[in-house]
Amino acid sequence: MNNSNKKKFAGIRADIIVVALLVLVGAAIALGVFLFSGKGKTAEVRIDGKICARYSLSQDRSIRLSGAGGGTNLLVIKNGEAYIAEADCPDGLCIRTGSISRVGQSVICLPHRIVVEITGDAGDGNDIDVFVK
Amino acid sequence: MKKKNKSQAVRKVALFGMLTALALILSYVEALIPAFFAFPGMKLGLTNIVVLVALYRMGSVPALTINLLRIVLVSVLFGSFASFVYSLAGGMLSTAVMILLRHSGRLRLVTVSIAGGVAHNVGQIVAAMIMMSTAGIGWYLCVLWFTGLITGALIGMLGGMLVKRLPERLFAGGKSGEE
Repeated sequence: MNNSNKKKFAGIRADIIVVALLVLVGAAIALGVFLFSGKGKTAEVRIDGKICARYSLSQDRSIRLSGAGGGTNLLVIKNGEAYIAEADCPDGLCIRTGSISRVGQSVICLPHRIVVEITGDAGDGNDIDVFVK
Repeated sequence: MKKKNKSQAVRKVALFGMLTALALILSYVEALIPAFFAFPGMKLGLTNIVVLVALYRMGSVPALTINLLRIVLVSVLFGSFASFVYSLAGGMLSTAVMILLRHSGRLRLVTVSIAGGVAHNVGQIVAAMIMMSTAGIGWYLCVLWFTGLITGALIGMLGGMLVKRLPERLFAGGKSGEE
């Protein structure tokens, strides 16, 4: 019994090592990115995959976004951070995501197909929207 | 003897054509799944089922050939130059990684598929980094690294079943010399 268990384990040992390595390297990259990514300057709004608007994070304001299917989300920009304050989507995940401010972070509302993403400056990111097939 | 060779060649052409067409359709079906609109580049990797079947039942060269044909055809039909570069970088890196790991002889198909899924997304991101040099792409790398792991596992399970169950006569004539 014990012996056969050992054999079984030896058969998948290489697999466990490879998968564990992949998870560890992924976690290390995530940590590195989190530590080194700077504060963003712009909140970019994409609805249904298309860039609709960019708002500077340095200016406090609130914007009502109308998403696909008629729903609305209230985007608030305050103290260099962006968050969704109100939304009439069923799950409210976008509100629970909280505020974002680092480059590359995003709030996503799947039902309304709205993505708010923080970008580094106003100049780049225009050609990000290529769909890879 | 000569006649037999000819029929072998015909079988081979038909098999390659069928698998390439299947991979092409799966690429298209995958692009229709709306849940992935949030992250361009995030996808299930359905075509990798075909690549896995080709790799395990026919060999390395057929797997690489079918994937390369699929990438070129998808880009010509539905894509742009940028999407071609991304797919090519991702597809070739993942196929190369899967060929190497498969030939190590120590790993299960699922693990090979997981590593392939991650490699695909890493290749794509590296190509995007070179082409755009955008800050914030690091987050994409994190997200795509882990989605690659998960989709690679799912696709690996599916592909494993197919590799085990597809009848042998289907692949007669399609094997490359290395098998």
